[in-house]
Amino acid sequence: MSSAIIECTSLTREFRVRDGLRRRRLVAVDDLTLTVEPGEAVGYIGANGAGKSTTIKMLTGILVPTTGTVRTCGLRPVPDRRRLARQVGVVFGQRSQLWWDLPVRESFRLLAAIHGLDAAAERARTDELNEQLELGEFLATPVRQLSLGQRMRAEVAAALLHSPRLVILDEPTIGLDVVSKQRLREFLIAERHAHGTTLLLTTHDMGDIERLCDRVVVVDHGSLVFDGTLPGLSRTVGAERVMVLDLAAPSADLLGIPGTRHLGSEAGGLRQRLGFDPDVTTAAQALAAVSTRAELLDLAIEEPDIEDVVRRVYAARR
Amino acid sequence: MAESSALAVRLRPYRAVLVSRMRSQRSYRASFRIDVVGTMLVGVIELAEIWVLFHGAGQIGGVSFTQMLLVFGLAEFSFSIADLFFGHCDSLPTYLRAGTLDVFYLRPQPLLLQLVTSDISLRRLARATVGAVCLVAGLAANDVEWSVGAVVLVALAIVSGIVTFSALFVTAAGLQFFLIDGAELTNAFVYGGRYAATQPASVWPRGIVVLFGMAFPVAFTAYLPTVTLLGLPGSEWLPAWLGWCAPLAALWAVGVAGLAWRVGVRHYQGGGG
Repeated sequence: MSSAIIECTSLTREFRVRDGLRRRRLVAVDDLTLTVEPGEAVGYIGANGAGKSTTIKMLTGILVPTTGTVRTCGLRPVPDRRRLARQVGVVFGQRSQLWWDLPVRESFRLLAAIHGLDAAAERARTDELNEQLELGEFLATPVRQLSLGQRMRAEVAAALLHSPRLVILDEPTIGLDVVSKQRLREFLIAERHAHGTTLLLTTHDMGDIERLCDRVVVVDHGSLVFDGTLPGLSRTVGAERVMVLDLAAPSADLLGIPGTRHLGSEAGGLRQRLGFDPDVTTAAQALAAVSTRAELLDLAIEEPDIEDVVRRVYAARR
Repeated sequence: MAESSALAVRLRPYRAVLVSRMRSQRSYRASFRIDVVGTMLVGVIELAEIWVLFHGAGQIGGVSFTQMLLVFGLAEFSFSIADLFFGHCDSLPTYLRAGTLDVFYLRPQPLLLQLVTSDISLRRLARATVGAVCLVAGLAANDVEWSVGAVVLVALAIVSGIVTFSALFVTAAGLQFFLIDGAELTNAFVYGGRYAATQPASVWPRGIVVLFGMAFPVAFTAYLPTVTLLGLPGSEWLPAWLGWCAPLAALWAVGVAGLAWRVGVRHYQGGGG
């Protein structure tokens, strides 16, 4: 009996797809072996069609693996689906588990009944989620009238209402504004801290991985191509970040700032872009060096694009 | 006592959803009333259609209009009750397309029960009322030789009819997993089955007898029990005593439905096949 919360061994899933008149096999997940321990926060990334959703469906008992085995919370997802459902919460960024015509509060009440929470547990948990996700202002609003940010917060609360041990989030921050993203991330950090919840999330947002995950798993064509920490991933592919500097006066190219690389200048040097590796230097050190040469008006740091990181992981393999 | 409260706990999820759905329907009073009246009208028009047909022909397949009233009442009532409880199997194609079926997988209840109880259309009670009125009128207008046996036969016919039509809905849902855009086909099957049930099976062509008399035995929901109850001669393919076999037909239909649903779900999950 293992204590791992997710345990996949040689997990493979094929689909038969129709290609014109012929049928061909498409391998969505290919010999995936992965173990996640309780309390971990894992970012599961890969290009579109890399097999992330298929993996999630196998973990939750929606799809049967073609070969290989999978255990989630120590259970077999397909035969033990109903027991597993009590221990797992899933947020699909694209599909709602709320009742669109009912107020948020009513959806929570129904989900509490579905998961068999007693009145005291229901109240305590709903209060906790309302407070942390700041749902109070729209609890009485029908779901169809919520903004995307509000709806996503309600979706997360709905998936976590029964206090699952494992929370799987499929693109939880897609389409959210900066404030909503930040609020959601803070909530997930607090939830993990308070309840030791295990997180598995797929995302296209590097910020999600940086702020939430201590482990990153990259898949390509269904196979695992990287499994380690984010700094480790950066070391493998060089996760360069970019700072965009607006200067007070047109200046010469800012070459030779330690730990940075000059990427380009616009408007005769009024706006310059520097790439830097956070492992080598910090933004503050680089800025200090810049300020000895030019007067700085404004600054923006561009997040590394996850597609870009993934592309580089893929490129490094080929 | 302990047992009944355990049952209450198990039923709580379904009850919560259904009560909530009913409340939300009733909150739009005007539209609910229009819905009820409209649904009732459809039932009455279908009855009128049969009346026109029999008014012209007198008898069809050895059945008069008064006798037909009983057939129609039985079929309409049983179908409407089945529709009330199992009609939401019809929404499966929508759920499949939107991916919301996956949400059911994340809840600790059986899929089919969740699907069936995901909503309830109270307006279907209007149709059941039309059926009940025709059934009572049919029983009163015909020359029924009342006995314990006759009462048992009518009760068996109603219960078996509800079960058979419910199974028809589930079978159609099971087939939906294979025919993502096949709602029309399965609707033809479900509503065609109901329509067939309100007709005297003695005039069915052989293909229909095989489909709705044997494979999917809706003939047992109304026509055959009526033939047995009224002592009518029956037909070559469907003798009069078959009315007593309604429960067997219902069991068979449940078997077919269970198989169709299981195979459908397996296809969806991609296990075997």
